[in-house]
Amino acid sequence: MVTNAPPKMCTRDVSVWYGEKKAVDAVSIDIPAEFVTAFIGPSGCGKSTFLRVLNRMNDTIPSARVEGCIELDGDDIYASRMDVVQLRARVGMVFQKPNPFPKSIYENVAYGPRIHGLAEGKVELDAIVEQSLRRAGLWDEVKDRLADSGTALSGGQQQRLCIARAIAVQPEVILMDEPCSALDPIATAKIEELIDELRGRYAIVIVTHSMQQAARVSQRTAFFHLGKMVEYGETSQIFTNPREVRTKDYITGRYG
Amino acid sequence: MNDAPSPTRTAAFEARLKKRYSAERRFKAFGLGAIGLSIAVLVFLLVSMTVNGIGGFQRVTVEVPIDFTKVGLTMPAGVSDRPAIVRALGDQGLPQVVEFGAEQALGSAAARELNSDAWRQVAEAIADDPVLLRGRGEFTLPTTNDLAAAYVEDRPGELGDVARRLAAEGKLERSFDWGFLTRSDATDPQQVGIWSALKGSMLTMLVTLLLAFPIGVLAALYLEEYAPKNRWTDVIEVSINNLAAVPSIIFGLLGLGVFLTLFPYMRSAPLIGGMTLALMTMPVIVIAGRNAIKAVPPSIRDGAMALGASPVQVVFHHVLPLALPGILTGTIIGMARALGETAPLLMIGMRAFIATPPDGFTDPATVLPVQIFLWSDEIDRGFVERTSAAIIVLLVFLLVMNGLAIYLRNRFEKTW
Repeated sequence: MVTNAPPKMCTRDVSVWYGEKKAVDAVSIDIPAEFVTAFIGPSGCGKSTFLRVLNRMNDTIPSARVEGCIELDGDDIYASRMDVVQLRARVGMVFQKPNPFPKSIYENVAYGPRIHGLAEGKVELDAIVEQSLRRAGLWDEVKDRLADSGTALSGGQQQRLCIARAIAVQPEVILMDEPCSALDPIATAKIEELIDELRGRYAIVIVTHSMQQAARVSQRTAFFHLGKMVEYGETSQIFTNPREVRTKDYITGRYG
Repeated sequence: MNDAPSPTRTAAFEARLKKRYSAERRFKAFGLGAIGLSIAVLVFLLVSMTVNGIGGFQRVTVEVPIDFTKVGLTMPAGVSDRPAIVRALGDQGLPQVVEFGAEQALGSAAARELNSDAWRQVAEAIADDPVLLRGRGEFTLPTTNDLAAAYVEDRPGELGDVARRLAAEGKLERSFDWGFLTRSDATDPQQVGIWSALKGSMLTMLVTLLLAFPIGVLAALYLEEYAPKNRWTDVIEVSINNLAAVPSIIFGLLGLGVFLTLFPYMRSAPLIGGMTLALMTMPVIVIAGRNAIKAVPPSIRDGAMALGASPVQVVFHHVLPLALPGILTGTIIGMARALGETAPLLMIGMRAFIATPPDGFTDPATVLPVQIFLWSDEIDRGFVERTSAAIIVLLVFLLVMNGLAIYLRNRFEKTW
């Protein structure tokens, strides 16, 4: 599984402060384009904060401060010439709690392409919506009720709708912040299947507190603890042969 | 040890349980009492207003046959507008003709009790239908205020006898007065109408809404979405909250001092009244708007932002539509308050005697609550019922306005 391709995103010594509190401490990590990367670790270890830095969602928190270098295809995303709107179109995000807009299913998916002007006319937009819903594995379930409200779907369907919404703008990276923690096991299994199908088309980063999930869906795993990245490597190696004692203690359930 | 009853099965526990239930029953009874009291007050208000006000929508009229064939009145040539025709007919002696007709039919005692403005009604009928001048006509004309009072209250004395005689002949009656809704203020309660005040209120409210709603919503959006949280925005927030609590007459003084200094020829104009009331309404909309905007879940903002929506797109595509029902609720409260406001409008001269309805936003006008205030001050007994009728008109206006806003709000909620 060793690859020589340049990483999609790379971070060097990234630290994040909330006011005086340091939430992420000097994290350096390369995110490959062709794999699913999982961030695991106990609650409050900074993995979600670090994820939100990758598409500058932390900009909305006034007290948050980011140091270090984060590059997307070699461009510094915190540089002044990087447009944050364009960055977020390239690096999409799926949240912990499904958050479809209180609009129709169609409008939910069409919203991104529409604001970015990705479709010329209704026919093309319809095609994007259908393709996105198909890729999210939701098309067969909703094709007859595209005009229904997105909030009327079940939790698992809502989360897949959010994934469809994210891929409709054809991002390069998709960040997923504990996408299954609010879902039941069957819905979780569907999302994991979906992540597996999306692999290769998008670079995917998933934060999860379920180690089984990390082991199932990811090829690379990073273990975070107390704001530091303790260990990063191939998922099989992290789970079978961790180098660090703290990693071993965590994955064997000693703490966390 | 195991024989001891569990702590939730002792007599003491059951006594406490009983107490808890009776506390709940007490609380429910108090709540029900509070609601009952509110309903009773509301019903009393509505019933007493309706009972008093029904008389205000009626007036006492007599049947007067008039024979135009011998008097030689002619339509003025080349005049087409009604006031000019009425004036010309008056110059030709129409008042005397009407009086003569009344004397012939009802006797001179009754003819004296014909309203001094009754001939105008005949003149207007002629203006609408000139053919009347070539024949005889039956007209239903208002009486004087005194005869009306004598008839309604069945007073003894000479006037009461006249009223009873005419009523017995079937010529005097009290009927629904549509004209109350189309006429304007007058000195005689038999002749007054509410239309000029109603129109003044509509124009004033329109100005208030057009100013206060956009300014209030934009201010709320900016303060919630864009303004940095620092000492200055704290000061602004406190100021707006204070502004919402300032007594309304102060806003009237401000309108007098600022708006009437800037536009000295617009005294009593709905434009100035609307601007003054907008000052009062805006803080209410800002406060309600900010709360509604705060209540929009952050996850919706995050979702839109993560798709690459710009801050303006987040606000106008997601936050504002979701907050709009709440903003409209605040607008209803603010507008209802503005509609009932009297004091600030007195300060800017909207208490003038307005006998013609305003034609535009800059014409002198009065509004419903001020009209009610003015009529309630009149000595003439006939104004008491007219005042109640005007209050009913005000309440109906309020109901229509709020109903419209609630309809819009619900419609908006459904499309989401």
